[in-house]
Amino acid sequence: MREPHTTETFLSAAGWTALAVFAAVTLLILPALSVFTEPHNPLHVSAYTITLAGKILCYCVVALAMNMIWGYAGILSLGHGLFFALGGYAFGMYLMRQIEGEGQYQSELPDFMVFLDWSAYPWHWTGTGHFLWAALLVVLAPGVLAFVFGFFAFRSRIKGVYFAIITQAMTFAFMLLFFRNETGFGGNNGFTDFKRVLGFPITAPSTRAVLFALSAALVIGTILLTRFLMRSKAGRVLTAIRDSESRLMFCGYNPLGYKLFVWTLSAVLCGIAGALYVPQVGIINPSEMSPANSIEIAIWVAVGGRGTLIGPLIGAFAVNGAKTFFTQSFPEYWLFFLGLLFILVTLFLPKGLVGAASQILRARK
Amino acid sequence: MPRNLLRLIACAFTVLTIGLAAPDSHALDRALVDRLASDDMMEKLDAIEKIAVSGETAALALLQAMQNGEIFLAQDGRAVIVSGDAVLDAATMQTLDPAPGLFSPVILNNRIRARLQTAIGALSLLSPERSVRLESATSLQWTEDVSLLPVVSTALESETDATIRGLLVRIEAQLELRSDDPQQRLAAVEVLGNASQARVRAMVARLTELDHTGAFVEPDPQVRAAALDALRSIDRRLLLSDFLGRVFSGLSLGSILLLAALGLAITYGLLGVINLAHGEMLMIGAYATFVTQQMFRAYFPEWIDWYLAAALPVAFVATALVGMALERSVIRWLYGRPLETLLATWGISLFLIQAVRQTFGAQNVEVANPTWMSGGITVMNVAMAYNRIVIIVFAMIVLLLMWLLLARTRLGLFIRSVTQNRTMASCVGVPTARVDLMAFGLGSGIAGLAGVALSQIGNVGPDLGQAYIIDSFMVVVLGGVGQLAGTVYAALGLGVFSKFIEPHIGAVLTKILVLVLIIAVIQKRPQGLFALKGRAVES
Repeated sequence: MREPHTTETFLSAAGWTALAVFAAVTLLILPALSVFTEPHNPLHVSAYTITLAGKILCYCVVALAMNMIWGYAGILSLGHGLFFALGGYAFGMYLMRQIEGEGQYQSELPDFMVFLDWSAYPWHWTGTGHFLWAALLVVLAPGVLAFVFGFFAFRSRIKGVYFAIITQAMTFAFMLLFFRNETGFGGNNGFTDFKRVLGFPITAPSTRAVLFALSAALVIGTILLTRFLMRSKAGRVLTAIRDSESRLMFCGYNPLGYKLFVWTLSAVLCGIAGALYVPQVGIINPSEMSPANSIEIAIWVAVGGRGTLIGPLIGAFAVNGAKTFFTQSFPEYWLFFLGLLFILVTLFLPKGLVGAASQILRARK
Repeated sequence: MPRNLLRLIACAFTVLTIGLAAPDSHALDRALVDRLASDDMMEKLDAIEKIAVSGETAALALLQAMQNGEIFLAQDGRAVIVSGDAVLDAATMQTLDPAPGLFSPVILNNRIRARLQTAIGALSLLSPERSVRLESATSLQWTEDVSLLPVVSTALESETDATIRGLLVRIEAQLELRSDDPQQRLAAVEVLGNASQARVRAMVARLTELDHTGAFVEPDPQVRAAALDALRSIDRRLLLSDFLGRVFSGLSLGSILLLAALGLAITYGLLGVINLAHGEMLMIGAYATFVTQQMFRAYFPEWIDWYLAAALPVAFVATALVGMALERSVIRWLYGRPLETLLATWGISLFLIQAVRQTFGAQNVEVANPTWMSGGITVMNVAMAYNRIVIIVFAMIVLLLMWLLLARTRLGLFIRSVTQNRTMASCVGVPTARVDLMAFGLGSGIAGLAGVALSQIGNVGPDLGQAYIIDSFMVVVLGGVGQLAGTVYAALGLGVFSKFIEPHIGAVLTKILVLVLIIAVIQKRPQGLFALKGRAVES
């Protein structure tokens, strides 16, 4: 963790152009191709592709959020899947209420509550029928948890592997909690069978296109936010924490506030990504909180390149693309591949693909 | 012709024995026995009960025959037993020759079957075999059938075995609790005061309650007072056995955590890296046990009960070799980058899980307990399974060996010195690279031993290690590294704490509470409860 601090340009002129192209493609062209072309048109983008791409865009946001704390502040979290899932569950509650009696049992309540013989919504479902409150919950649930957890963890200066392990235990504990039926989150099956969002049918191509565009907008927003944050003074302090926390403290800074801020911000971004992920994928269940999922997030960032603006995007796309390919073509080899990826990337690509590429470019000059 | 002659003689002999047997006191009342074949169900039930209460030895065979559907109504109105080709008189158990014509089998329904079951159980109390009596007494221990009281009392008079006597005394008292005689109830309550079962407590407690009319269930105030005394005495005993039971299961869980965490504490203390593949070392140890078991089944079936003894070195060596190979090939290259080590070892664990899944299949494999490890004993009403006891003892032995190794050997000295100050140790000539390798092998080997232990109490499948990895890290985080004592206290403490909390709030909330507790503890002691004191600057 003691890499010398390099001044990154964050976004060069070419970078800005690439971002603009990315924005145009994801915000306008792809959604338009999906909605306004007929299925037999060679330019048509199928709903499956849009959903898959939208899903990966949500993962990209998580990777960017992870990069904020791991890449820039040097804090490895093995619990980011939890924040992602919490955002998903918060929005899922709203989506469940939008089913409005069209479930299997034609009841006011979600099917799983009817199944459990409950006669009313439990207390924590209060108000989740209102979009605004649900949207607020998407931010608050992961945000408050991250703030409280982070406060106690950073205050006692837990860091490095200790912190990673404790975040892993936290997501594991929450997974067990959400697996229970009594918790009121649908137990094993979680939430599914959504019908509509804000009154629009959830499977309609136009809804999917809008959700996709929103995910893309969130990705672009997160990139810009990361750039802004890391160019600010706070960003400098964060990289200083990564590189030498003790020295920074001797200079008179208290790292607690900085760490807590970026940690909470990162959790909130994950929560929003989760909220966009759930309507596109159509299901959220406790396995999203499994420790394995959270560790996978770290490998996206590691593959792409920690501490770079674009690396996490590349990593999230590369690993998830590979996952889609393997699980469809060679399901039994996916874990071998993933395992090897973890080992080889940490051994041979400590700075990820982006780091390796820039090293090659520099060598050429 | 001689054959016919023989048959004639045999026949005459039979008639003779019947004649002799007739006045035998062991024969049952014929009228009563014939009622078994009655059309009326109530008649049948009554007859079964009366036959059971008679306590005759012949009654057991008769009722068992009835249970097997061997009782028929003969055309002459008698009840007979059809056993194979022979037809026996139900009252005397003698073969009838010539066999009477059969009319119809006796119909049994569920109510009669249930009554038969109880009656047979009660009659078995008089069996000469100790095991039969014990089984029967155990099966009857919660009966509410007052009609059994005479049989139980008869059995109690002749019973000599202390265990069975204890059971019978309690059954008798439980039944006498329903007696009409207050003196008998009083005596029963006093006897039950010595019991220590929750169900007995409920029975006694019922006496002190009000029924739906607002009157006391127990009309006699003296009996009520005795019941309150008995309740207090039962409660004291229940509390004690409950406490001991929780301590035992807590120690059992704690020793498993200890076995799983010991190796982890060494490697983490020494190298500062967390090995997420540690859980898979447990898994490999468990699979090594499985392979050893299969080898024994195939080649030394007569020694199968002792396969565990062979599995221990096999598992230790196998996991130690895997661990050393990992240290050499991956972990060595990542020293100084603990977070990356975390990720790389996670990759290793995925790889190992999938490799085992492809070799042995995704299903759990069957690892049997040796016969000497199945079963258990009950001490002070606490049931303790032998395999749990063996694991507690085993954990203590492993701990002792570890302590000897760390405190008394040259390798132990090196490991301690490198843990305390790597640079200094290196300066005075400790071969740190070799120490790292050996320590990693040692830590993995202990995980292998833990895997052998785990194979005896749970499922052995590719995901085995995943279930333990987080818990054992919590032990290391809580206990701190560098001292065995920290790991020991943390493991046993967490085990006992969990088992004391679990019945109140459930297993899941317990896990969350433990996590909160650990975070609270490291607020005060960031290096764990038993961190080495030193002046090393944190990096």
